[in-house]
Amino acid sequence: MLTIDRATRDAIIEHARRDHPDEACGVVAGPIGSDLPLRHVPMVNAAMSPTFYEFDSTDLLRLYQEMDERDEEPVVVYHSHTATEAYPSRTDVNLASEPNAHYVLVSTRDEVTGGAPESGPVDFRSFRIVDGEVSEEEVTVVERYDDEATSPTQKAAD
Amino acid sequence: MAIEVRIPTILRPYTGGERAVDGSGSTVGELIEDLESNHAGIKERLLEDGSVRRFVNVYVNDEDIRFTGGLDTAVSDGDTVVILPAVAGG
Repeated sequence: MLTIDRATRDAIIEHARRDHPDEACGVVAGPIGSDLPLRHVPMVNAAMSPTFYEFDSTDLLRLYQEMDERDEEPVVVYHSHTATEAYPSRTDVNLASEPNAHYVLVSTRDEVTGGAPESGPVDFRSFRIVDGEVSEEEVTVVERYDDEATSPTQKAAD
Repeated sequence: MAIEVRIPTILRPYTGGERAVDGSGSTVGELIEDLESNHAGIKERLLEDGSVRRFVNVYVNDEDIRFTGGLDTAVSDGDTVVILPAVAGG
């Protein structure tokens, strides 16, 4: 199960809407072993494509060095699908390389380009992808994480 | 002194769970051969048809080797090599 706070979930959806019709991507980092997605890091989609995403290689190195310094790992790895459902594609499965991460998929296929107020609902689903096997998991949205779980770090929402 | 090689989570089964291992060689290609001799199977995960796989990134002292000569990129003792799988999909 993925437990995520509302502000972070909303920020991911907002990122997906903003980048539509290109795919949006990013991570939510958290302390190693905590399973808490605390620090939202929107990434640039170097592919700038409606059907593919890839973190820029220099950005990728910087991200992992930063997480290393902070004893973090990518708790959530997310990207959007802009014309299909929020389910991992074959490419997503083949390239999944973080067996401990929650892979979040957002679909903006009902989106009106430009993020107009009448834009349709956005699907937000989470999966584990391990050794080529996809399993969907429940998403629980909380207003905030338990204080003792996050102490002493405060949530760093963007 | 040796070359420090940072191993990503998904390849740690080849290094007994170690996040970083030491290696040697004068180029990245030689370094990978040296890694393979101590961590059998890792080369296949890094290379395809004699070059680094499309969705594997290798950095020598923070430089992506795609821009510095690929497997011929020179390395020496004290260098840090980072291996990171691409974060990508469709």
